[in-house]
Amino acid sequence: MTALVISEHDNSELKGATLNTVSAAQKLDDEIHLLVAGSNCNSVAESAATIEGVSKVLYVDSPEYENFLAENISLLIKNISNDYSSILAPATTNGKNFMPRVAALLDVAQISDISAVESKDTFQRPIYAGNCIATVKSADEVKVITVRTTAFDPVSSESGSAEILKLEEVNDAGISQFIKDELAESDRPELTAADVIISGGRGMQNGENFNLLEGIADKLGAAIGASRAAVDSGFVPNDYQVGQTGKIVAPNLYIAVGISGAIQHLAGMKDSKVIVAINKDEDAPIFQVADYGLVADLFTALPEMESKI
Amino acid sequence: MKILVPIKRVVDYNVKVRPKADESDVDLNNVKMAINPFCEIAVEEAVRLKEAGSADEIIAITVGESVAQEQLRTALALGADKAILIETDQEPQPLGISKALKSIVERENPDLIIMGKQAIDGDNNQTGQMLAALLGYPQATFASELKVSDGKAEVTREVDGGLQTISINLPAIVTSDLRLNEPRYASLPNIMKAKQKPLETISSDELGIDLNPRISTVKVSPPPEREAGIIVESIDQLVDKLKNEAKVIS
Ligand SMILES: Cc1cc2nc3c(=O)[nH]c(=O)nc-3n(C[C@H](O)[C@H](O)[C@H](O)COP(=O)(O)OP(=O)(O)OC[C@H]3O[C@@H](n4cnc5c(N)ncnc54)[C@H](O)[C@@H]3O)c2cc1C
Repeated sequence: MTALVISEHDNSELKGATLNTVSAAQKLDDEIHLLVAGSNCNSVAESAATIEGVSKVLYVDSPEYENFLAENISLLIKNISNDYSSILAPATTNGKNFMPRVAALLDVAQISDISAVESKDTFQRPIYAGNCIATVKSADEVKVITVRTTAFDPVSSESGSAEILKLEEVNDAGISQFIKDELAESDRPELTAADVIISGGRGMQNGENFNLLEGIADKLGAAIGASRAAVDSGFVPNDYQVGQTGKIVAPNLYIAVGISGAIQHLAGMKDSKVIVAINKDEDAPIFQVADYGLVADLFTALPEMESKI
Repeated sequence: MKILVPIKRVVDYNVKVRPKADESDVDLNNVKMAINPFCEIAVEEAVRLKEAGSADEIIAITVGESVAQEQLRTALALGADKAILIETDQEPQPLGISKALKSIVERENPDLIIMGKQAIDGDNNQTGQMLAALLGYPQATFASELKVSDGKAEVTREVDGGLQTISINLPAIVTSDLRLNEPRYASLPNIMKAKQKPLETISSDELGIDLNPRISTVKVSPPPEREAGIIVESIDQLVDKLKNEAKVIS
C-alpha cells in the first residue's frame, strides 16, 4: 500500500514540516510518494528526492499552483489520488486549507491533526484544546489525514534517492485569485521548528517591550512567540500566536513571560520539553505546567536574565 | 445579498473538559454549552455586512439535536433574521454536516456563507472547506478581514507566515478567524425579539442525507501529565537549573 504525502514549500525551499509528515506516513504505509506542486519549483522537487523513505516524487509545475489556492490544489490531488491508500499533509495553514476539500471531493472523512498512528485505520488526535486525546478509527477506504508535526520526529532530508516523475496536470478552477502575501521577514528560526521559544503575553504591555525578549532570543537562538492577547492588542503580528488556534509548538525550552496560561494557550505549548514561566502572579495557571517558575516582575527579571545567560 | 451562517453548539470555552472515568467519551454532564466562539464571530460579520447595507438577509443554520435551538436563538438575538435547525440525534461529523448544509444552500441560494474556521470541541477545522468542495465554490479560510463588492469578496487570511489576501468569486465560503471582529453582546430587547423570529426545523431524514459517522471513537483519554515543577527564587537559580539540571541552555 502506498501513501501520498503533500509537501509543504514556498516554490524555492522545501519546509521541514514535510519531513515530520513523511515520518507519520511511514507508520501507515510501506511505500511513500511525495507530491511537489507549485510553480517554478524544480529545486524543491530535487530536494524532495533525497528525503528518507520516499520512493517517488510527483512533480507538477504550473502557474495555477503558485500560491497553493485550495480550489486548484484539491482538484490536482483528487485527480492523482487513485492508487493511494492514504493521503497526508502537515497541519499547517496550507494543509488545513486544502485537505478537507480533497476529502470531500473523494467523499471520505478527514482525520485532522493526528498525534499518533496506532494502526492502519486507528489514530490519536487531541480534542478540546488538547484537554483530551481521542483514539479514533476511520471506516473509509482512503485515509485523508493532516499531521501534527510536533508529534512525529522528522526523517532525514538527505539519505533518500527517489525517482522524479514530472506530471502534466492543469487544474485551474478559475474562481479564486491570489492578490498578495504580507509575510514576516525574520532572521530568527521558525516558531514551529525552533529549539527554544520565548513568548510574551499581555503582561508585556506593548510592542516595544518585546525588545526585552529580543535580547534573550538573540543569545539563545530562540524564536519569539506570543499569546492571543498580545496579538489582539497589536503588540506583535498574528503569525506569533501560539495556541489552540495559533501555532502548535514543542521546543526543548519554552519560556512564557507575562502569560497567564489559559487552556487555549497551553494547547499550543504544553508538549514542550522544558517550560519556564515568569509571571508576577503566583496563582497564574501557567505555573501548573511550568518546570521552573519564577514569580517576579518581568521588567526586572528579563534584563537580569539577559545579562546572566 | 443573502448570507447563510452555519453555527455549532459546543462546550463553553472556559470549561476544562475531561474524559469519562471509563474513557468511552468526553464527560459533558452538566457542563455549560454555548455557541462556538468562531461561529459567533461569523454571525457578527454577517450582521455588520447587513448594517453596512451590503446584505439584506441573514439565515443562521445548525445541524444537531433539538437543544441546539438555544444557539440558533442566540444567533437571532445577535441579528440573524431567521434560523434553520436540521435535526438529528446522531452526533454529526463534518462531511455529513457539509452534505446537509449543501442541500439547504441549494434551496436558499445564499450569495455568501460565513462560518467559523473550527469548532472548539473536535478542533477539526474541516466543515467550511468540505462544503465549498461539495458546492464547487471558492473558499477563503481563516479570514481576518472581509470586503464584499461586485460579486466578489476580497479576504485577508491569517496564514503561518503572516497574512495573505485573495479574491474569490461569489457565491463563496468564508471561514472566520479570531481577529475578523469582536462580537457584540446581545441586548435584552434583542433577546426578546429573537423569540419571535422564525425558526424552521427539518428532520435530517427528510433531507435524505447520509449522516452516518465515518469515524468512530475508540476511546478518550487524558493527555500525558506533566511532572510537577518547582518555583525558583531568583534568576541566578533559574539560569543554573536550565544549564545544569535541564541542560537546555549552555
Ligand atoms: C476560541 C478561542 C481561541 C483562543 N485561542 C488562543 C490561542 O491560540 N492562543 C492564545 O494564547 N490564546 C487563545 N485564546 C485566548 C485565551 O483564552 C486567553 O485570553 C489568552 O491566552 C490570554 O493571554 P495572556 O495570558 O497574554 O493574557 P492574560 O490572561 O491577561 O495574562 C497576562 C498575565 O501577565 C501577567 N503580568 C502582567 N504584568 C506583569 C509583569 N509586569 N510581570 C510579570 N507578569 C505580569 C499577569 O499576572 C497575567 O498572568 C483563545 C480564546 C478563545 C475563546
